[in-house]
Amino acid sequence: MLAPVTHILPLTTVCRERLLPTPGRLIARMDQKVGPTDVIAETTIGQKHVLLDVARAFRLPAEAVEAMIQVKSGDRVTVNQTIAHSTGLMPQILKSPADGRVMLSGGGQVLIEVGESLYELQAGMPGVVTRLIPERGAEITFRGALVQGVWGNGRLDTGLMLPILSQPDETLEASRVDVSLRGSVLLAGYCGDARVIRTGAELPIRGLLLASLAPALIPLAQQAPFPILVIDGFGQRPMNNVAYKLLTTNSKRETTLAAVSYDRHKGTRPEVFIPLPSTQDPPAPRDSEVFAPDQHVRLCRQPHLGEIGTLLTLQPGLTSLPSGVRVPAAQVKLENGEQILVPLANLEVVG
Amino acid sequence: MLMPASLVDADSLLAVDVGTVTTRAMFFDVVEGHYRFVASGQAPSTAAAPFRDVSEGVRWAIENLQTVTGRTFLTNEHRLIMPIQEGMGVDTFAASLSAGPAIRTAIVGLLSDVSLESVQRLARSTYTLPVEALGMNDRRRSDEQIDSLLQGNPELILIAGGTDGGATRSVQSLLELVGLACYLMPKDKRPAVLFAGNKKLAREVKSSLESLTASLHISPNLRPTLEVEDLQPAQRVLADLYAQIRRTQMAGLEELNSWAANLLVPTAYACGRIIRFLSQDSQFGILGVDIGAASTSVIAGFGGQLAMSVYPQLGLGEGMANFLRYTSMEDILRWIPLDIPAETVQAYLLTKAIYPASVPVIAEDLAIEQGLARQALHLAVKTAAKDFPSGASRPSSQLMPYFDLILGGGAALTQAPTLGQSLLMLLDAVQPVGVVAMFLDQNNLLPALGAAAGRNPLLPVQVIEAGAFLRLATVVAPVVSVKLGTQILDVRLVTADGNETRVSVKQGAMELLPLAPGQDGQLFIRPQQRADIGFGPGRAPEGGIPVTGAVLGVVIDARGRPLRFPADQVRRREIIKKWLWTLGG
Repeated sequence: MLAPVTHILPLTTVCRERLLPTPGRLIARMDQKVGPTDVIAETTIGQKHVLLDVARAFRLPAEAVEAMIQVKSGDRVTVNQTIAHSTGLMPQILKSPADGRVMLSGGGQVLIEVGESLYELQAGMPGVVTRLIPERGAEITFRGALVQGVWGNGRLDTGLMLPILSQPDETLEASRVDVSLRGSVLLAGYCGDARVIRTGAELPIRGLLLASLAPALIPLAQQAPFPILVIDGFGQRPMNNVAYKLLTTNSKRETTLAAVSYDRHKGTRPEVFIPLPSTQDPPAPRDSEVFAPDQHVRLCRQPHLGEIGTLLTLQPGLTSLPSGVRVPAAQVKLENGEQILVPLANLEVVG
Repeated sequence: MLMPASLVDADSLLAVDVGTVTTRAMFFDVVEGHYRFVASGQAPSTAAAPFRDVSEGVRWAIENLQTVTGRTFLTNEHRLIMPIQEGMGVDTFAASLSAGPAIRTAIVGLLSDVSLESVQRLARSTYTLPVEALGMNDRRRSDEQIDSLLQGNPELILIAGGTDGGATRSVQSLLELVGLACYLMPKDKRPAVLFAGNKKLAREVKSSLESLTASLHISPNLRPTLEVEDLQPAQRVLADLYAQIRRTQMAGLEELNSWAANLLVPTAYACGRIIRFLSQDSQFGILGVDIGAASTSVIAGFGGQLAMSVYPQLGLGEGMANFLRYTSMEDILRWIPLDIPAETVQAYLLTKAIYPASVPVIAEDLAIEQGLARQALHLAVKTAAKDFPSGASRPSSQLMPYFDLILGGGAALTQAPTLGQSLLMLLDAVQPVGVVAMFLDQNNLLPALGAAAGRNPLLPVQVIEAGAFLRLATVVAPVVSVKLGTQILDVRLVTADGNETRVSVKQGAMELLPLAPGQDGQLFIRPQQRADIGFGPGRAPEGGIPVTGAVLGVVIDARGRPLRFPADQVRRREIIKKWLWTLGG
C-alpha cells in the first residue's frame, strides 16, 4: 500500500521552484546564495479597478462618446488627468480619480486599474539559485537538514536555533522566554500558555519551533509576528525522537522556519531548514514510498500519537482494533521495544 | 420488473470512484443471466501531492481488485485491457470523481429569491465552494463587483437570470460585469462559465463571453418561468463541466475519462442518478446520505425529482480544522457517550484535518469520530431539507419529510464496528419520521452504480434488486407531543411463520423487534395519544404494515422528534449508551 512520507532528514538536497503569480522582473542572479526572506523577483499587482461610465456621465449614447475618450487601453494615467471631454455649448470633462493604467476602453466606458502595489517574491528557503525562470522566478536549491511539521502560522524567518528543552515532552513555561533569547529561533516542547507567544512577540524572537501546541492557542499563534511551527500535533504531546535528536544536535545553527500551512492539494508543508556544508549533493528526499518491513514510521493517531517505530510486518487481511474498527494494519515495534498493531492509515514513513 | 435474461447485454463492467482519501475499483459481471457485484479493491487516492496524478491510486485499486478476484484487468504497462481478451480485462469501464478541493465558484443571478437562489442550488449540487455572488439587487458599484469577482479568483462562474422570453437588459448588465472581470484575469486563470438563464440570450452570451473564458457552456434555463425551477438539465451540463475542469487540474484523469468513453462524472451526480431512479416508484421519497472525507452529500428524490446538496465544509477530513465555524462544541459533545473534554475534541479535529485518512484505534477516538459524523450529517440534512419540495409530505414543517427508504454511505457509517452503530448514527443525524426502510451502502457501490448507469442502464437495476445495499432495519418513528414515559404505541409483529412479538412503546424509548433477513412479517401498530407514524395522528392500517427482515429487524424509535437530550451530562451519556445497547452495541 502507498505510504505517506514525512521528511526528517539530517542531510538532503531540496530543489524548489519559486514563481510570481503574474510575469514580472527577476532580481536573483544565477548561483546567487539567498536567504529565505531575500526577494528574488517582483511584479506589480493592481489592487482595485475604477469603471468610468463616460456615456452615462455625459448623458449621451455610447457610440457618441467614443470620439470624446482621450485614453486608450494600456495608457498610464495620473490623478485628475482628463479621460474624456465633450464639446458643444456646455462641455464636460471626466477625470481620472487616481493614478493607474487603462485596462479597457469601449462601449462608452473606461476601466482603469488603480492602487498598484509591488509584489515581492521571497526565496522561501535558504539556498543557491540554480535556475532562472524568465519573468516568473527561480529554482532554489538547499542542502542541509530538513524537518517537516504539521502546522504553521504562515510566517517565515531565520535565526540561531536555541533549544529551551531538555526532554522531548517538556512544557514550555513563559518564564523561560527572556531577553537572552531575543532574535533566536526557540526549540521547545509543548506550549499551552498564551504568555509564551506574547512575550516572544515583545522581545522579539525570530521563531518558535514546538513539539505540540494547545488548540486554544491557535488564533493567537496565527496573529504572532514570528513563525510558529508545530512538529507533531495538538494537545500536550512530546516531540518525536527522530526530530528531537536531529534538532537538538543542530542547536545554535542558523535555522529557517518556513511555517506555511499544510495543504496537500498545493503540496505545501511547514518545514524547518538548517543549511549544512556538504562536499557532494546529498540525496533528494523520496516523496512516496510503499509500506514495507524495516521502515521507520511515525504514528499519527492515539494512543501512540507522534511516536516513532519500526515496521515489522504487514498483517494479512483486516485487523480488528481496540475500537472495533477493522482495517489493514502493520506490526510496529516502538522505540521502547513494545510491539503493537497499527492501522496503515495511521502511519507515515519517516525518511 | 427484471428484464428477461436473454435481453441482458452480457458486458462486464469495471467502475472506479476516485475520492479525496480513497480510490475504489468495483467489478460487476453477469452471473446466471443477471448482473451482480463481484468484488472491489481500494487504495489511497493520489490526486493530491506528492503524486498529483490519480493514475497511481487507480492502478493500486485495480491491482488490489485483481488480487481479490484473481482476474487480470491491467497489462504489465498498467493499461486497461478492454474489451476482454482471452479471459482478461473487462468489456466496459465507468468512472466517478470527487477528489480535490471544492471548485471555487462565483454565482450570478438576477433576483435573490428567484434565479440567484436557483443558481445557488445548482452550485450546491456538486463540489463547489462559493466565493462570490452577484445579483441585480447588489448595491455595490460595478467596479466593486468586478474587484470582488477578481478577488474570489473563481474557477467556475454559474450564471442564471431571466425567465425564457423575460428580462434581458438586467442579465446583459451582469454579463458585461462578468466579461470585464474575466478580461482582467490572466488568460491561464480565466474561469469556465455556465449560462443557464433566459434562452433568448444564449447567442449573445456566446459572442460576448466565449473568448474571455476557459470554456463556455450553455444549458437550458434553470428558471424557464417564475414558478418553475428545473435544475436537471443544468446539473447535467455542470457535471460535464466539473469533470472538464478537473481534467485540466489533475493528471491521469484524461486517461480515466477515455477508458470511460468520455463519461467521467462527479460522484454526487452519479449517486443522484440512482436516488432519482429509486424515487420514481416510491410513495414518499428516497434519501441518500454520504459522509465523506471531503464533503457530506444529501440527495433526496421525490417522484423522480432530485434535491441534491453537497457540503464540502462538512466533510470528515481536511474540513474538520474549520468545523467549529459551522457548529458549536456543545453540539458535537452532545452526541458523545463518554466524558471527553472539549480540548481533546478540538485536538482531534485538528489531527483529523492533517490526517484525513486516519482511523480511530481506541474507544474514545471512535466516540469522537462518530460524534463528529453525526453532527456533520445532521447539519447537512437540516440545511438540505430547506430545498426539499414544499409539497413533500411531512408531519410538521419543522420535521423531515416522510421517506420510504434512507440509504447511508461513507466510511464513518460503513466502517463502524457494529451495524447498530451505523444505524444509530443515521437515526440520530437524519431523525426520520414515520415508517422507513434503512439501508447501508456497505460496499460503497452507489457511485459505481450511478457511473455505470451512463454505460449500461440495466446493470444498476439488477445489482440493486440482487441486494447491493444492506437492509439495516425497518424503522418506525412516531411523532407525538406528550411527556417522556407516556405510552404511545402498541406494536405487534407477526412473522410469516406465525411467530408473534408484542411491545408497548413509551415516549422516549427505543425498541427492537427481531426479524431476520429473508423473513417477512406484518407489523400491527395501535397508536395512542394521537401519535403519528405517517398515516395521520392516531391512525395506522388495520391490516398491518408489511415488513421485510433486516439485520437489525424492526426498530421503534420513539425518542421524539426533534431528538432532545437530558440536561444532566451523566444521564445524557447513559441514555446514549442505552440506545446503542438496544441496537446491539
